[in-house]
Amino acid sequence: MARVLVLFAHPRTDRSVANTALMAAARAIDGVTFADLYAEYPDFDIDIDREQQRLQETDILVFQHPVYWYSSPALLKEWQDLVFEHGFAYGSEGTALAGKSLLQVATCGTAREAYRKRGKYENELRTMFSPFEQTAKFCGMHYLAPFGVFSAEDAAEEKRLDGIVSDYSRLLTALRDGTLDLERAAAVPLLNDVLDEVITAEPAAV
Amino acid sequence: MGFFQDAFIYLLAAVIAVTVSHRLGLGSVLGYLFAGIAIGPVLGVVAGADTETVKHFAEFGVVIMLFLIGLELEPQMIWRMRWQLLGLGGLQVTLTTVTLTAAAMAAGFAWQTALVIGMTLALSSTAIVLQTLNEKGWMRSRGGQSSFSVLLFQDIAVIPMLALLPLLAVGDPAVMGAGDPEHHANMLDGFPGWFQTLVIVATIAFIILTGRFLVRPAFRLIAASQMRELFTAAALLIVVSTALLMDLVGVSAALGAFLAGVVLSTSEYRHAIESDIEPFKGLLLGLFFISVGAGIDFGLLFSEFFLIIGIALGIILVKALVLLALAGIFRLPWQDTWMFGLGLAQAGEFAFVLFGFAGSSGAIAGSLVEILILSVAVTMLLTPLMFILYERYVLPRTVSTTNREADEIPEPGTVVIAGVGRVGQIIARLLMAENYKIVVLDHDPNLVERMRQTGVHSYYGDATRPDLLEAAGLGDAEVLVAALDDQDQQTALVRHVAEHFPKCRIVARAFDRHHLYELEKAGAHAIEREAFEGALMLGRRTLRELGLHPFRAEQKVRAFRRHDMQTVDVLREYWAGGVGKKYITAVRERLDELMQVMRSDRLAGKNLPDREWTPPRGEDAER
Repeated sequence: MARVLVLFAHPRTDRSVANTALMAAARAIDGVTFADLYAEYPDFDIDIDREQQRLQETDILVFQHPVYWYSSPALLKEWQDLVFEHGFAYGSEGTALAGKSLLQVATCGTAREAYRKRGKYENELRTMFSPFEQTAKFCGMHYLAPFGVFSAEDAAEEKRLDGIVSDYSRLLTALRDGTLDLERAAAVPLLNDVLDEVITAEPAAV
Repeated sequence: MGFFQDAFIYLLAAVIAVTVSHRLGLGSVLGYLFAGIAIGPVLGVVAGADTETVKHFAEFGVVIMLFLIGLELEPQMIWRMRWQLLGLGGLQVTLTTVTLTAAAMAAGFAWQTALVIGMTLALSSTAIVLQTLNEKGWMRSRGGQSSFSVLLFQDIAVIPMLALLPLLAVGDPAVMGAGDPEHHANMLDGFPGWFQTLVIVATIAFIILTGRFLVRPAFRLIAASQMRELFTAAALLIVVSTALLMDLVGVSAALGAFLAGVVLSTSEYRHAIESDIEPFKGLLLGLFFISVGAGIDFGLLFSEFFLIIGIALGIILVKALVLLALAGIFRLPWQDTWMFGLGLAQAGEFAFVLFGFAGSSGAIAGSLVEILILSVAVTMLLTPLMFILYERYVLPRTVSTTNREADEIPEPGTVVIAGVGRVGQIIARLLMAENYKIVVLDHDPNLVERMRQTGVHSYYGDATRPDLLEAAGLGDAEVLVAALDDQDQQTALVRHVAEHFPKCRIVARAFDRHHLYELEKAGAHAIEREAFEGALMLGRRTLRELGLHPFRAEQKVRAFRRHDMQTVDVLREYWAGGVGKKYITAVRERLDELMQVMRSDRLAGKNLPDREWTPPRGEDAER
């Protein structure tokens, strides 16, 4: 069983129906550690040692956050800046993260169509997140395609939310059980599109 | 003459002469000397015999001065100075003694008499030189430090000199010991030399041990009584008792006091003692200089005018040449060389004692003693002029080279923390962890003791006393942290420091908003209300306990803090040293506003805790 750590970064959970539901789902899964960064570090004073320790006890790291200006809320950036330290995450001695996987689960205010080459934002969500991807690769991690929750604010109203939440649960469970084809999950632009194909019945041979 | 009349004459002369001399930029020493000349030889309002008594009394000022010098010298510092002391001091005394002895022998004196004259005149005036160096702020320069080393060595050298004098007696030995005021108290006369040495060593050990182990607990008790005059009395008692003790065993009282000072220099009562005793030193030294001036025998001076002036100038010339040569050998910078050479060229007050002793012990004939003492007085009279020469002709020329001194790495600024109760303690720990030099003052001996145990430079004393602040080094401090637990004292402290130490930044602990305004008016540069942040943190914890998300609680606190700081700004103009009607109305308005501001409303979006990233709406995305 792989150890999954979800780092959740949202300054206003009370405003986000989608994230609240996703958070509850993640918390319900055994073997998944869920951490609300804004609750743990409301004053942005991140305990680097503790976070690094937590990473060392993790195989698969999940960033769950809303998209703020095509990126994550500030605390998650601060977290990376401090925790992915030289000698820990990179550098000749920094191999603590090598071989681990990173998945981003992002709630977007806009529709799926906006995140296309010919769409409003002229880029796939994954391309937008290239700083995260490069950071992960620099630290020797496998970067999986992001899981996007589009038009998140309207998801509940449009009765999409339950489906999204159950997809998220399946995704986390598969990551935990090793029943997710990591190679394929890394190769596509968006995990949503291929979710049924990458989740296998049997644990993949290592 | 009655006591009041005497006191009146001395004080009046001092006040007038010193004020005038200070105005003319001549320094206080010359002022006192002229005051003495005025009331003694010129006006004749005090008789010569009186001045002798006064002089002996005033010599206590020299003793106190040495005590204070010792107090400022920690033992490690003396150890660091050991080469300067022995090298510079030892060579100065030896070379000057040899040269002057040779000169005296050339003038036809027996070698014994010549040696007494030589070594006595080799000593310089600790009183005049240190007083002047302190007054001009030159103590820290290399010239000042070198001068101090030499003076300290000379003070120590007095002991063997006193021991040698009787052996050099050439006159009638029957006079020995008789009629000598300096000598009568020595109870060791007649004992063998080894025994005397043993007693002296034991006495010194006694002073050190008492100072280390007895005086501190005693002072703690006295300090706890919170009676200031008792503390002053105890401090004076220390000086008097060591002086008395050393005098009894025949060692210089000044040296004993110096020793006591050094022993107490590492104690937490150092600055309190220093500031309590300082005024006594100033007055008694002044009295001492007055008595020197008053004691000048103008009759003899005029009858032997050229001889006395010649001897005086000869002394200054020889001493200055030796000093200048030494400064060269020890590679002092140019201006320090001259400070050192001109400053120490006079003969010192010990000459009065030593010549008196030499006269009574038969080492020198009585008539010669009077001429020599007059010559010494003249060299002392000329010393302020030497310093003026230095200031007028040497210093201006060194302005262009002062750039070199600026190269010295400035010592990192110290922080003086007044009050180490609940607030000051935390600040002290923070600054210490950051390796800043801190000096801590508190009037609670137990707190000071506790801070000392953690290795903080802590001193007992009332931080609202200007003299104590001075003694603690506020003059050099970069920042004062005013953290007293009494509102009014706190304001008084800030006002005083802002007025007298304009270079020092003041960080102050305020009790509430009103006190904050008071401290602002008093001149503090940075003020925080002591309970404000703590209360906010507790409020944040309360909101969390009520189920609010920690970051929401943090945002609420931030919004509240920001609004409250604006309130401080808004209410300032309504606060005029107190609370009026307008002020209360303004407070109410701010409170109403706070309610509106804090109330979360998703649609309004402009309320303080809610201004943050909002996902684009449909219409925003289409644009």
